[in-house]
Amino acid sequence: MKTTLAIKPRYPDFDIQRALTWVIPEADWVGLRFVQEHTHQRTVRNQRPEHNAVSFDRGVMIEAVVDGQIAYAGTSDLSEQGLREAARRAASLARASAPFKAMCFSEQLRPKAQGGFVSPQRAGLDSQTLGEFTDHLIAACRHLKVSDKIVNTSAEATLVETWLRYVTSSGTAIDEQFLLVSNNFAATAQDGTESQRRSLNGPVARCRQAGLEFFDFELLYVDCERVGRQALELLAAQNCPDETLSLVLAPDQMLLQIHESIGHPLELDRILGDERNYAGWSFVKPEDFGRLQYGSKLMNVTFDPTVAGEFASYAFDACGLAATREYLIRDGLLLRGLGSLESQSRLGLPGVANFRSASWNRAPIDRIANINLEPGNNSFDDILAAVERGVYMESNISWSIDDYRNKFQFGCEYARLIENGKLGKVLKNPNYRGVTVPFWNSLKMVGNRASHQVFGSPYCGKGEPSQIIRVGHASPPCLFSAVDVFGGSK
Amino acid sequence: MSATSESRIVFDYLAEAVFAELLQGEELSLNLSAEDQVYLRFNNSRVRQATDVLQRNLKVTMQCRGRKFEFTYDLTGEEPWDLATLRSLLERARREVQVLPEDPFVVPMQDFGKSDQHHAGERPSYEEVIECIASSTAGTDLTGLFASGPQIRAVRNSAGQNHWFSTETSFLDYSLYTVNASGENKAVKGLYAESVWDRQRCLASIETSKRQLSLLKRRSHPVPPGEYRAFLAPAAVAEIIGMFSWGAVSYSAWKKGGSALRKLIEGETSFSDKFNLKENFLLGLTPRFNSLGELPPEEVTIVEKGLLKNLLVSSRTAEEYGVASNAAETGGWFEEHLRSAEVMTGELAEADALQALGTGLYVSNLHYLNWSDFQTARITGMTRYACFWVENGEPVAPIQDLRFDESLYRIFGTELESLTRESQIIPATDTYHRRALGGRKIPGVLVRAFRFTL
Repeated sequence: MKTTLAIKPRYPDFDIQRALTWVIPEADWVGLRFVQEHTHQRTVRNQRPEHNAVSFDRGVMIEAVVDGQIAYAGTSDLSEQGLREAARRAASLARASAPFKAMCFSEQLRPKAQGGFVSPQRAGLDSQTLGEFTDHLIAACRHLKVSDKIVNTSAEATLVETWLRYVTSSGTAIDEQFLLVSNNFAATAQDGTESQRRSLNGPVARCRQAGLEFFDFELLYVDCERVGRQALELLAAQNCPDETLSLVLAPDQMLLQIHESIGHPLELDRILGDERNYAGWSFVKPEDFGRLQYGSKLMNVTFDPTVAGEFASYAFDACGLAATREYLIRDGLLLRGLGSLESQSRLGLPGVANFRSASWNRAPIDRIANINLEPGNNSFDDILAAVERGVYMESNISWSIDDYRNKFQFGCEYARLIENGKLGKVLKNPNYRGVTVPFWNSLKMVGNRASHQVFGSPYCGKGEPSQIIRVGHASPPCLFSAVDVFGGSK
Repeated sequence: MSATSESRIVFDYLAEAVFAELLQGEELSLNLSAEDQVYLRFNNSRVRQATDVLQRNLKVTMQCRGRKFEFTYDLTGEEPWDLATLRSLLERARREVQVLPEDPFVVPMQDFGKSDQHHAGERPSYEEVIECIASSTAGTDLTGLFASGPQIRAVRNSAGQNHWFSTETSFLDYSLYTVNASGENKAVKGLYAESVWDRQRCLASIETSKRQLSLLKRRSHPVPPGEYRAFLAPAAVAEIIGMFSWGAVSYSAWKKGGSALRKLIEGETSFSDKFNLKENFLLGLTPRFNSLGELPPEEVTIVEKGLLKNLLVSSRTAEEYGVASNAAETGGWFEEHLRSAEVMTGELAEADALQALGTGLYVSNLHYLNWSDFQTARITGMTRYACFWVENGEPVAPIQDLRFDESLYRIFGTELESLTRESQIIPATDTYHRRALGGRKIPGVLVRAFRFTL
């Protein structure tokens, strides 16, 4: 019998509709969110197996409303007794906290919804054997090692199967299934005390809703050899200059720029102050919606959970709200925040379907999902041609921003000097810093659809208790004027 | 029966059942992480979210014929079902080790002995906690997280080792907000943590924080980018010490080109002879045994008088590079990392810190650190919370948040003037996946020059 990548553990039976009947008597209103997730991590380092691990998460988060307050209890005990006990704990928490609640629950915050979602895939995990897949990862390391100066190579693949079911005492029944794939292939070059790491678009930026067709290894091998050579080029390169220059960011760095300086500051729960003790607040105020010129007229940003294959696409969020495409920023003007029905009701502002939880053991909160910068009209060559002297940067390696999402500093793996409209010499240790609104208002050119690329990240952290969630970001390359760029110390 | 007792019964049942079923040449390790927690989230002194989580997560490592496969699953607590799932996954593990190539750095499982630690605590009723926090802080704009309940870490393997650690503690990690005379939001950070919740001590902690708010209400003092004398309070220093766990003192990361302290490790440079850093499990913040059940030395000196003494070496790294292991924990992108870091104290009395600073910046907290120049161990990040401009030893006014960009070699080297005589335990309050264990013991640090860029 062939050992494919697919794994089917033996689980106890679970019927969520039946489970709902067990817990309905415990509270005025009840919801059950069942999550089953299998995460396969396959890592090869220097052509040897490094990490072969699969996690199987399975449990239920119960939502219980008592006296107008909602509270939660998560459990992996899916027996009748276990779920009844969890429902009692949630109801008891709701009862105790009701006199001090921050928000009054109503059933409008959990609209009745029925439907489903299946993420796109052509080749499932049963389409490839474990042996074949491991051999491909080993070969990827071989292609990354283009020189003896490459001291470390790694080829990491993550395959995630997720089943979500959400039912409520008010008639919601949602069933969503996802297959999520990502890779992180990288080479580290070293010469003396200098070391340089180069990867395929930055750590785990290549992530999609797809099947094993995502791993087109013949194309990946070509990319591996390219980044291996670029790691060597970086060893011999000059530091990025310390100057105020035109800056062209590749789509794989735009993903981080969008995430940190658009996604997080627009979260309505941040604006409400929920995150002030951990992730931070926001410089955006409720009165800024419809008034703040967030960026130049070229800036058009959407919340778009409908892009087939992007990492955070779905049909319904965790409160049952149907997910639709919405403009957050149009022609540079701030229009709409990233807020669930709960945050919308607390602020009196429109939002989006972005109520999400990391797993069965966390309550949903406002999250970034797919946030995309819409394409403009310029080719990549047009953008370069417009630059007399500047820097082109690719692939994030360092990120830091203040707790109001104003003052940022980001670093990239790889850069090229731009002189007289042409890409020139390679630059190492490229960084840039700025302040969010002035930076986006310095946006001078936006790449066209042909230059537009889709990336994402599995690692967006937020919340108390904390949660890591998947996000998608698509963007073309963009040109910004008069940005402070700098490199490493001499 | 308590969740801790139930977890132990299930864990032992599963271990004994599957160890008895192993085939010739198979080794198995079972690693339990469990918690029964109440998480109360506050905003503006009201309850924003209240969540109860009971979770038991079992990681199983199978080794056979020089191959290794790990799987992790959520226990239901129902012994027959948990065993049925475990058996089905063991069957998969047997197929995996038939197919996977040989891993030359697999470390054979050993019996690292037995230990059993239970740190009993007294869990408060959440009714009392909610009433206490919400009532006592009404009108002061408190935001934060209260977490309480037992946490468990346990490791058994088929060679016979058996380590158990359980503890029951509570913490309130909070911020108090105000608006100052410049119309800016200002906040002070507080933490109350104990194994036995004490209402009066919690309220005293909040009152202390409230008193600090008065200084924050003054008009902000403008501080342009540049270099300033700075006193970094223990919480700010703790953030910087966190960067040592981003591969900096990992033997494996160093060999792979992933340590920012390469020049220190290879003797090209050093820190100040006043800087001493060690891993100290005697602090009792975390179980001494690691996820393999190995017992590291009670103390591992990392930096002594500014010079590197030891890197952290896991048994797998030791196998790969032919060096001695100090049973460091490994895993993730940053390889070996500190679990219980202690920076040794200096001569400066904390009460004299502002006088010694003279004129410069008092930095209470730092936020969102990352490498700025990996080759020279330069880091960037932001000031956060109660940071002040100080003149002639007196705090004058709060500052607006500043971005710093500074090398570890300057902070703990050329620019290090003194460390405080006192140090603070800063327990881990991370809650990704589950509540963390561990923490750091850290003094304040006075530096002659600290660079701010934005």
